[in-house]
Amino acid sequence: MTTSTTVPAQISARALARRRRREAWRRGWATFRQHRSGMIGLGILFVFVGVALLAPVIAPSEGLSVTRATGGVLEAPSGEFWLGTDDKGRSVLTLLIWGSRISLFVGLAATLLSMVLGTLIGLMSGYFSGWTGAILFRLTEWFLVIPFLPLAIVMATTLGRSLINIVIVIGVTSWPGTALLIRAQTLTIRERPYIERAKVLGAGSGHQMRRHILPNVMPMVFANTTLTVAIAILTETTLSFLGLGDPTRVSWGSMLDAAFGVGAITTGSWWFIVPPGVCVVLVVLSFTLVGQALEEVLNPRLGARR
Amino acid sequence: MTVLTQADAGPGHAGELAPARQGTFGRYVLSRCLGALGSLAFMLVVSFFLFRVMPGDPAKTLGRGRFSTPEQLEEFNKAYGLDQPLPQQFVTFLKNTLTGDFGISLRYRVPVSDLILDRMWPTILLVGLSTIFATVIGVWLGIRGAWNRGGKFDNFSTGTSLTLYAMPEWWLGLLLIAAFAVGFGPIPGYFPTGGLHSIDVDPNSVAGWFDTARHLTLPVVTLTLAYLADYALIMRSSLLDELGEDYLTTARAKGLRDVQVRNRHAVRNALLPTTTLVALNIGFVVSGAITIETVFSIPGLGLLATEALSVPDYWVLQGTFLVASAGVILANLVANLLYGLLDPRVRT
Repeated sequence: MTTSTTVPAQISARALARRRRREAWRRGWATFRQHRSGMIGLGILFVFVGVALLAPVIAPSEGLSVTRATGGVLEAPSGEFWLGTDDKGRSVLTLLIWGSRISLFVGLAATLLSMVLGTLIGLMSGYFSGWTGAILFRLTEWFLVIPFLPLAIVMATTLGRSLINIVIVIGVTSWPGTALLIRAQTLTIRERPYIERAKVLGAGSGHQMRRHILPNVMPMVFANTTLTVAIAILTETTLSFLGLGDPTRVSWGSMLDAAFGVGAITTGSWWFIVPPGVCVVLVVLSFTLVGQALEEVLNPRLGARR
Repeated sequence: MTVLTQADAGPGHAGELAPARQGTFGRYVLSRCLGALGSLAFMLVVSFFLFRVMPGDPAKTLGRGRFSTPEQLEEFNKAYGLDQPLPQQFVTFLKNTLTGDFGISLRYRVPVSDLILDRMWPTILLVGLSTIFATVIGVWLGIRGAWNRGGKFDNFSTGTSLTLYAMPEWWLGLLLIAAFAVGFGPIPGYFPTGGLHSIDVDPNSVAGWFDTARHLTLPVVTLTLAYLADYALIMRSSLLDELGEDYLTTARAKGLRDVQVRNRHAVRNALLPTTTLVALNIGFVVSGAITIETVFSIPGLGLLATEALSVPDYWVLQGTFLVASAGVILANLVANLLYGLLDPRVRT
C-alpha cells in the first residue's frame, strides 16, 4: 500500500521537475528572442559554424596546398578567385573558410578549459571558508594581475608552437575572471537555508557543491562562457599574428601575419587584409551580443542596464 | 579585453578580504600594500618557473640548436649559471632581479635593464597620450549615451564601442596605415608608415617635435579607439546603475536643473569604476603596446619584446615580462588605494 502511493508520487515529482525545467527553457528562449542584437549574433554564428563544419565540401583542401596553387601572386578578386589570391597564389576565400575552423576550435576549446578551471576554483574558494578558500582566492588574485599578453607570449615561446599549446595558454590565462564571478555567486548561495537543510540531512561538501550550488551558478557560467569565447578568439588571432600560432595550420591570425609580412599594405592588396579581420570582428561581436542577451535572460535585474 | 572583468572584480573583491573587521584607512592601505608585495613575490616565482624550469633543458630550448658541440653547451650553461642546482639558481635569480640586474641581451650584448630604460619612453608617450584621449572621449560618450538611453546617439555609440571592442587593435592599425599612410584611392598617404622620427630631422628641434607628432598620430589614434570602447561601455553602465537611485530623485525634487543633477550628482558617483579602469589600464602599458608597436615599428618596450621572440632573446623577454607584471601590480595597488580614498565603503 505504502509503495504503491510513494512510487507514483516520486515519478510525478520528477516529471514535475522536468516540466518546470522545460518551461524555464521555453520562457528563457522567448525572452532571448526579443533581443534583436542577440538574435542577429546567433544568426551570424550559425553561418560561421556551418561554414566551418562544411569546409571540406565547400572548399576542397587541395586549395591549401602551396605547391598546387593555381593563381598568381596577390591577384585581385576576379570571377575565379572571389577574394583574390595570397602571396603563394592560393585563393583567399579558401584560406578564410579553413581559417574559421581553427578560430572557432581554439576559441571553444580554450573557453572549455578556462570554464572548468574557473568554475572549479571559484566554487571551492567560495565554498570553503578556511585556509583552502583563502589560498585559492589569493591564487585567483595573483593570476588576475599577470599581464595576459606577455605571459601568453612567454608561454607560447617556452611550450612551443602548436594548436594544443595555444589552447592551454589561453585557457590558463583567462580563468581568473570566471573564478571571481563564480566565487561571489557561491558566497551568497552558501548562506541560503536549503544548503543548511542539506547539511543537516548529512550531505557532504562534495555533494553540496555538486548538487546544490553548481546548478545555481551554472547559468552564470553559461553566460560568461560566450563572452570568454570572444576573448579567446581575439587572443588566438593576436598570438597567430605575432607568429606564435601553429605554423602548419591556416587561421585568420596567421593570414594577417602573412599579409603583414609580405607587405600587402604597401602593395594595396586589401583583399588579403580586410576579409580575415572582418571575419574576426563578426564572430567576436556575435559572441559578445549573444553573451549580453543571455546575461539579460538569466539575470533580469540587469535588464535596465542596456 | 580582460581589463573589463578586472575592473568589475576590482572594487567588489576588495571588500571581501576581511568581511567582519571594521578597519581604518591606514589598515586598508597596509593590507593592500602587503597584497601587492605578495603578488610581486608570486610573479618572481612564476617568472623563474617559466624561464628556468618549463623549457626543460634551457640551453637547448633557449639556444634553438645554435650550440652544436657539448663544449659550447657547457659554456652556455656556465655563463648563465644553469649548471647550478635549481634552488641555488633561484637564489641567484632573486638577488639579481632585486638589484636590477636582468641579465645581458643575447642579441644586443648590453644589459637588459639599460635596454628597458632606453625603450621605455616611446611606450610611455604612446600609451599615455592614448589613455588621456580615450578617457576623455570615452567618458563623454558614456555619459551622453546613458543619459538618453535608447536614443539615436546611444545606439550609435554603443554599436561603435562594441565593434571596436571586437576588433583586434593591430588590425585597425593596419587598416589606418593602408588608408592614411600608404594612401588608398582618393586618400593621399600623408602620415609615415612607421617609426618615431624621420632620419633627416633632428628630434630635439621644433621641427623634430612636429615630425614625432606626425609619426605618433596614427598609432595614438589606433590605441585611443581601442581603449575608448572600454571606457565608454563602463562609464555608460555605471551611470545607468546610478540613474535609478533615490538621491537623484531628491536632487530633482530640490529643483536642480537636469545638467546639474547629471554632472554634480550622478556622474560623480559613476566615475568611480572608470577611475579604477584607467589606473588598471595604465598597468597594461606593455601589453597594450606590444601589437601596436609591432605594426607601427615604434622602438618601445612592446617592439623590444616581439623582436626578442624571433631570436629568441630570453633575458630580454624575461625582463619585459617582469617590468610588465610589476607595472600591473603597481597600477592595481594605485587603483585600489584610489578607490578606497574615493569610496569609503570599500575600506574594510
